[in-house]
Amino acid sequence: MSVGATPDRFQAADAGGHHDREDNYLLASSGIGSWLFTLDHKRIGVMYLVGIMASFFLGGIFALVLRAELFTGQKLFLSEDAYNQMFTLHGAVMTFLFIIPSIPAALGNFVLPMMLGQKDVAFPRMNLASFYLWVIGAIFFLAAIIFGGLDTGWTFYTPYSVTTNTRVILALLGVFVLGFSSIFTGLNFVVTINTMRPHGMTWFKMPLFLWATYATAIIQLLATPVLGITGLLLIAERALRIGIFDPEIGGDPVLFQHFFWFYSHPAVYIMILPAMGIISELVAVFSRKHIFGYRFIAYSSIAIALLGFLVWGHHMFVSGQSQLAAVVFSGLTFSVSIPSAIKVFNWTSTMYKGSISLATPMCYALAFIFLFTIGGLTGLFLGALATDVQLHDTYFVVAHFHYVMMGGTLVAFVGGLYYWWPKMFGVMYNENAGRFFSLIVFLGFNLTFFPQFIMGSRGMPRRYARYVDEFQIYHQLSTMGAFLLGIGMVGAIAVLIYSLYRGKKAPANPWGANTLEWMCSSPPPLHNFETPPPVGDPYDYSNLRYDEREGGYVVDPGSGKKTYSH
Amino acid sequence: MNLLSNLPLLADAGSMFFTPSNSTFAGEVDGLFDFIYWLSVFFFVLIIGVMVYFVLAYYRRPGHEPQHSSSHNNLLEITWSVIPSFLVVVIFVMGFTSYMNIRTPPDDAYEINVVARKWAWLFKYPNGAESENLHIPVGRPVRFILQSEDVIHNMFVPAFRTKMDCVPGRYNEIWVEATNVTGTGINPEDHDPLWLFCAEYCGRDHSNMKAQVYVYETGDFDAWAVKAANLYEGRTMAEVGEILYKRKGCVSCHSVDGSRKAGPSFKAGFGVAHKMADGSEVEMDENYISESIRNPRAKVVAGYEPVMPVFSSSQLSDQDITAIAEYIKSLK
Repeated sequence: MSVGATPDRFQAADAGGHHDREDNYLLASSGIGSWLFTLDHKRIGVMYLVGIMASFFLGGIFALVLRAELFTGQKLFLSEDAYNQMFTLHGAVMTFLFIIPSIPAALGNFVLPMMLGQKDVAFPRMNLASFYLWVIGAIFFLAAIIFGGLDTGWTFYTPYSVTTNTRVILALLGVFVLGFSSIFTGLNFVVTINTMRPHGMTWFKMPLFLWATYATAIIQLLATPVLGITGLLLIAERALRIGIFDPEIGGDPVLFQHFFWFYSHPAVYIMILPAMGIISELVAVFSRKHIFGYRFIAYSSIAIALLGFLVWGHHMFVSGQSQLAAVVFSGLTFSVSIPSAIKVFNWTSTMYKGSISLATPMCYALAFIFLFTIGGLTGLFLGALATDVQLHDTYFVVAHFHYVMMGGTLVAFVGGLYYWWPKMFGVMYNENAGRFFSLIVFLGFNLTFFPQFIMGSRGMPRRYARYVDEFQIYHQLSTMGAFLLGIGMVGAIAVLIYSLYRGKKAPANPWGANTLEWMCSSPPPLHNFETPPPVGDPYDYSNLRYDEREGGYVVDPGSGKKTYSH
Repeated sequence: MNLLSNLPLLADAGSMFFTPSNSTFAGEVDGLFDFIYWLSVFFFVLIIGVMVYFVLAYYRRPGHEPQHSSSHNNLLEITWSVIPSFLVVVIFVMGFTSYMNIRTPPDDAYEINVVARKWAWLFKYPNGAESENLHIPVGRPVRFILQSEDVIHNMFVPAFRTKMDCVPGRYNEIWVEATNVTGTGINPEDHDPLWLFCAEYCGRDHSNMKAQVYVYETGDFDAWAVKAANLYEGRTMAEVGEILYKRKGCVSCHSVDGSRKAGPSFKAGFGVAHKMADGSEVEMDENYISESIRNPRAKVVAGYEPVMPVFSSSQLSDQDITAIAEYIKSLK
């Protein structure tokens, strides 16, 4: 975001000579090449941020077009074919280009090495390669859109995906390449966390964001190859007619669903676990309380990552899989709900007797708890077999996963973006404007998706370009909500962009957090830390106090430790 | 008009979240839904209530400092792990037992074959009758044997509270026993039919792939089935042709009003010479129609993809083809 438009103040600081330039990674070198070939995890994170926000914007436009078309149930401006392409691209872009890389690749890249007190990730070149793989994957997606579109749904179900004449192979190549991008990031994070934790940071002294990122990275490593192979098999089926998924030539279409969900259900946890990590940080920092039940939150991340591999069959309760399989998968599915519930209870308890600041990141964290709780509880209806039979493939499912993926992951992502924004760009955003748009996002979100629960349980199937009249009122509420949500999101991003030009200079530690990334200046110097920062309990805030002059938190001189700010 | 005016209905979740049901197991499904619903409401109010209370009680204000409290409590953690675990086991067992009812048809069920294809339904009855909409008797278990001719579809009747994929290359089954008739007699105008939707995305006209479900008294159903089996009785050939045109799926690719679909329109096509993909010209007559049904790729009209499926004599008899030709002839 600041790539093409560096605010004047940074350039003024630039005049100070080489040493000053190294004090700010954004100015450490200049020219487009210094960004494109950078090995600095912070710059790679910023480039990822620009890329995924562009994808989010594109996917959001698709969503608004869809919601507008659904206002009446009759044709407004999209043919059935155009509608089908639009919902496919909305899902595919949001899933593969936005949500999966959003928190790990953009925020994680920026924050993770600094949380470990390190100069960079374990494999900086692989990190840059991961970004370019993402770019190549995105190009394949754009090519698929331009050269004929895609109308299979983001799930590519066979045999439809074998027979449609849209650009399935291009899109699958995109998915394949994006999968490697995800694997590279995951591998990098696993190695970095395993080998580069500073002296004194044992596993159970790691910030919970790192636990969540670690659990995510394990899923990325273990599940993504299955998606890659599935995509290649589908390409082979289309191009060479090998007869594995298409029943006309002896294949089994349900086999594809097993392969696909073996990745894509764990992928849901790739999307939500890092969000849970962010919430663990935000709730503690803005309550000024030690996180409650640290070990339970940490273990629950690992539990979710492992159990997440065992539940894919719940996407196939009405596919004709055996009743025994349905029962086993239903039982396993419920096991995932417990670690998620534990996290929610612990976050809430963390606030007990705290000093709760309603800064914008905390507003998003509270919105997350509200929306994720609804998303989680509505999962119970879908895990239970008898109710799932009714709700499967209806708008109830659409509402459920948007409450989890958008109300959960996206809201946490925006909260995390506001939280780390001062660190990333060295500026403070306007707090009241930030809070205002978080409220609009929250209201717009509920207006969009809550009516979808009702119409879903009343029988409105998903992926419908037209619908019967009795569902119209719910669709109209939902469409109005979607535009309100769109305004909220644009506003939330605008507040951040505005701060790049007019924002106050950020202190080193504006929120009083005790994780290591706040111990260097904002924005960080090129190599993050001159000397390794002292490691302590990441959730012990007792030695920090607010300093008016600084506009942020400093170490209480009484505590006898070195000050964090420069 | 909006959610607010619906709020009083929250007291009766049934009417807000459900349409009226029409099957023997719907009561169990709705009961389980209500159970999970109220459990969810309880936990949601609890969690969000506590959260809001903490925000109000402990928001940051001058002079307010965080107070010390323990940051872990194993008893509390175990409590809020074990109680939800117990509850989800209850939900799991309830969902599983009802599901077995939904999925296990009684032995003496009446059987209807369901053929799904892009983008229409065909229901085949034991006496040879076929229909595009579903007709069933009330109070009698009906077993549906589901198949698909092309991609995956899904038969979903919200009022029955059941659905199942129609997967090409295999047979799936569901069953239902309807509890209420949708009207009296066998005249469709006297019925208020139920919706049947395709719930698995199947391409362009997925959202138009719906049918209506008529539920009759037993005697009325038998009368309907007899009448439906005798397609040619009391109808002209062209009328039968029109029924077949809709039932066999011709309608999804061939319009009768001149508009362009996947195949050429039938309007005013008979007796006219058409340009073929190989450059030749062929006049559309009974022989061309017959050949195009039995061997669709032999002569393809220029400008169209060769995508029409083959219809064997077991799917369309020679008499049926004659009827369709008569119908096309009648479209001036």
